[in-house]
Amino acid sequence: MKILVTAKRVTDPYSKIVLKPDRSGIQTDNVEFKMNPFCEIAVEEALRLVDAAGGGEIIVVAVGDEEATKEVRTALAMGADRGYLIEADESKLDSDIVARLLVALVAKESPDLVMLGKQAIDGDNNQVAQLTAEYLGWPQATFAYKVELTDGGKGAKVQREVDGGVETVQVSLPAVVTTDLRLNEPRYASLPGIMKAKKKPLETLTPADLGVDTALKVETVGFEPPPSRAAGVKVKTVDELIEKLATEAKAI
Amino acid sequence: MADILVLAEQQLGKLAKASLHAIGAAKILAEKTGGTFEIAVAGQGVAGVAAQLAGFGAAGVVALEHDALAQYTAQAYAQAFGNYAKASGARFVVTAATSIGKDCAPRIAARLGAGMAADIISIEGAAGALVYRRPMWAGNVIAHVKVNTPTVVVSVRPTDFPAAEATGTASLVQSQAASVDAGSLRMQYVGLEKVESSRPSLTDASVVVSGGRGLKEPANFALVEKLADTLGGAVGASRAVVDSGWVPNDWQVGQTGKVVAPKLYIAVGISGAIQHLAGMKGSRTIVAINKDADAPIFQVADYGLVADLFGVVPELTDKLAARKG
Ligand SMILES: Cc1cc2nc3c(=O)[nH]c(=O)nc-3n(C[C@H](O)[C@H](O)[C@H](O)COP(=O)(O)OP(=O)(O)OC[C@H]3O[C@@H](n4cnc5c(N)ncnc54)[C@H](O)[C@@H]3O)c2cc1C
Repeated sequence: MKILVTAKRVTDPYSKIVLKPDRSGIQTDNVEFKMNPFCEIAVEEALRLVDAAGGGEIIVVAVGDEEATKEVRTALAMGADRGYLIEADESKLDSDIVARLLVALVAKESPDLVMLGKQAIDGDNNQVAQLTAEYLGWPQATFAYKVELTDGGKGAKVQREVDGGVETVQVSLPAVVTTDLRLNEPRYASLPGIMKAKKKPLETLTPADLGVDTALKVETVGFEPPPSRAAGVKVKTVDELIEKLATEAKAI
Repeated sequence: MADILVLAEQQLGKLAKASLHAIGAAKILAEKTGGTFEIAVAGQGVAGVAAQLAGFGAAGVVALEHDALAQYTAQAYAQAFGNYAKASGARFVVTAATSIGKDCAPRIAARLGAGMAADIISIEGAAGALVYRRPMWAGNVIAHVKVNTPTVVVSVRPTDFPAAEATGTASLVQSQAASVDAGSLRMQYVGLEKVESSRPSLTDASVVVSGGRGLKEPANFALVEKLADTLGGAVGASRAVVDSGWVPNDWQVGQTGKVVAPKLYIAVGISGAIQHLAGMKGSRTIVAINKDADAPIFQVADYGLVADLFGVVPELTDKLAARKG
């Protein structure tokens, strides 16, 4: 079982994100960066699937600036075998470019599965996996809640979190899978894992190395702060709450 | 044909309400671009759904029929819609950002060589220079994006676009065989474990009562459900309680769950993490019940009640029930 898994570098989900005064982007002083939580779940699932399959190889990839090497190393410390950093200026990427970079890497590596987080918690685009799957002509199972290999590792049965419940699909491999929150609890990298990760192969490539055109299909041309809600009032009793809801808010 | 193609969703012959909001967005787009829109629905035996879509002012409604579309799968639906969009010459493809829309719209974009703006909340600017507004970082930032390709795919956040209303005029409704290469499909639908509920659905309800970890244990979630039922509302939850398995996954409100915007949202024992706020701060009136006066949920609440939920929630439920008589 050979799995290609992504490890995007994003802002810490618990950091407070605010725009710079000139609105050119977000303030990054005092903001921590780490692996996208959904990618952590993808790395964990890849490790479990390779175990379940009785062996294999996990290749981790991050697309971003040099700093994103850290996320590749984190995945290697969790147990992935090899890594790629595809070096690119984060502000000059869109989902489509990232998808085509992954397609090029798939051509090079021929994995059985490509696993990604269902969305990155910075851009919230939720597109890369589906674009990648279509470019490859592969089946996909997004928002995975449970993944089981079937047919001696030639297929996978995936339960997916969808509107209205949990759906099950059967895909034949190779396929693309994206992970939802409840698929697993990612492990922490152990100290020996971190030591070992330093020696694992990590190759840096550029989009040009992979022959990928980086013209943007989707371009961010500006930012604004979200509308703020006017501060409300505190009520002291249930009766006062009902009174306000009935007469002021006309909500009941 | 029309320059805007709206994808309508159906399940077992029932039209998804979110699709009415996608049609609402298409109407806005049509006004801005001076164009017309067409609605496509895919499935097997969906002429009835197509007929339901006849009254919304579309230039046409098309039912794309194929055995392989009997149940939704990403590969087959992307082929059916993508191939139809290409053949019809549509320049815009519009879908709702539901779990199906999120799953298949990017695949359609890939087939069309189109750029896609995901989960947009408004369409700005004039024809030729359209700008789409969309939340990023759990709604902490609103980005303005432009799509540089001749064909554009957008998924729209249903809470931010008006549901289309029937106009009275009847569109021409047609059925045709969908273009699907059945031999290329390598995935099958197996089944759906449906969350059965007699309550209104979370995304359509005018009242939503959500519970969080403050409820302490699963059995106490009944307090939230009873309050919701008294108000005829839906029940939501924070991620913390969904992860703990107290309630179905489908109830999660937030950045990575559902986005809701009811007339009244009541948060019970929820701290108000940014990921939760991302899914509910568009609600018209927000009530927070929390014993911690400094909980961030109070920063977005119109009415905050600092109290032990175990005392005030039953009291609120009883008094509201008594008011109803
Ligand atoms: C990648 C990622 C995605 C996420 N997506 C989502 C999402 O979509 N939706 C979401 O909700 N969260 C999401 N989260 C989780 C989020 O960060 C919070 O952890 C979660 O919302 C907390 O849930 P809570 O408010 O129920 O629990 P807590 O934060 O533990 O809050 C419990 C609250 O209950 C109050 N309380 C306790 N006892 C009582 C009492 N007796 N009476 C009254 N009040 C009481 C406490 O004061 C506290 O404020 C996500 C996190 C990550 C990292």
